[in-house]
Amino acid sequence: MSLEPRTFTITRADLVAYAAASGDHNPIHQDEAVAASVGLPGVIAHGMYTLALAARAVADWFPDHEVVSLGCKFTSPVVVPAEGGAEVVVAGEEKGGEDGLTTVALTVTHEGQKVLGMPKAVLRRA
Amino acid sequence: MPVDPSIVGRSFPPTRPYAVTAEALRAFAAATGGAWTGGPAPATFPIVTAFEAMNAFLEAEQVALHRIVHGEQRFAYERPVVEGDELTATLTVTSLRQIGGNDIIGTTSEVTDATGALVCTTGATLVHRADGGGA
Repeated sequence: MSLEPRTFTITRADLVAYAAASGDHNPIHQDEAVAASVGLPGVIAHGMYTLALAARAVADWFPDHEVVSLGCKFTSPVVVPAEGGAEVVVAGEEKGGEDGLTTVALTVTHEGQKVLGMPKAVLRRA
Repeated sequence: MPVDPSIVGRSFPPTRPYAVTAEALRAFAAATGGAWTGGPAPATFPIVTAFEAMNAFLEAEQVALHRIVHGEQRFAYERPVVEGDELTATLTVTSLRQIGGNDIIGTTSEVTDATGALVCTTGATLVHRADGGGA
């Protein structure tokens, strides 16, 4: 069963707030020059920021469930421009699960391209 | 400089206990555009503790954080994190490969509460980008 896709916007200010809240002060998420020095196409969102958005969508879809497992590969960076923001769309497909568990196969895209590799959450009713 | 292959299998000292406050939960949720109003922490919240363990590991190995790109992250939860938890992460290096001059470092961190009970296990793959490879 397809779940209603959720769209989120990531701004540079969000990355600053996330760095403070998570303790991840890697400058590739703040500073163009540092990002370029390691071959990145620009300031990129923390991979964990994008995964947090996926988790938000899952929590919205299944408010009465708790998460048993969650994970993904970070396959493509989300470049966040200095002005405006980067849009991320989280779509999900609910699969039947064993033992009362629900598996949600996620698709997370930015500008039409998948940015997470096989993102998946497994849930159980809380 | 490549990462020393002898680190595979090594566990690093547990992080200092991290007190999960309502303020920290609100700040974490707000940073990703959400709102925490009580109840379980956002699912990815244990990264706060796991990241501290990773930082300690990178410092011990003299790896510069800006050369690290996150390759993969997986969480398996025993229970949700809640306000009032005191979390500690213990990181073990599980694998190391070299591909195209980059180090691909596999780690697993066990996140435990004040009683020592396991709250979640989280696996991370870190890509250490080679020196001089920048654009």
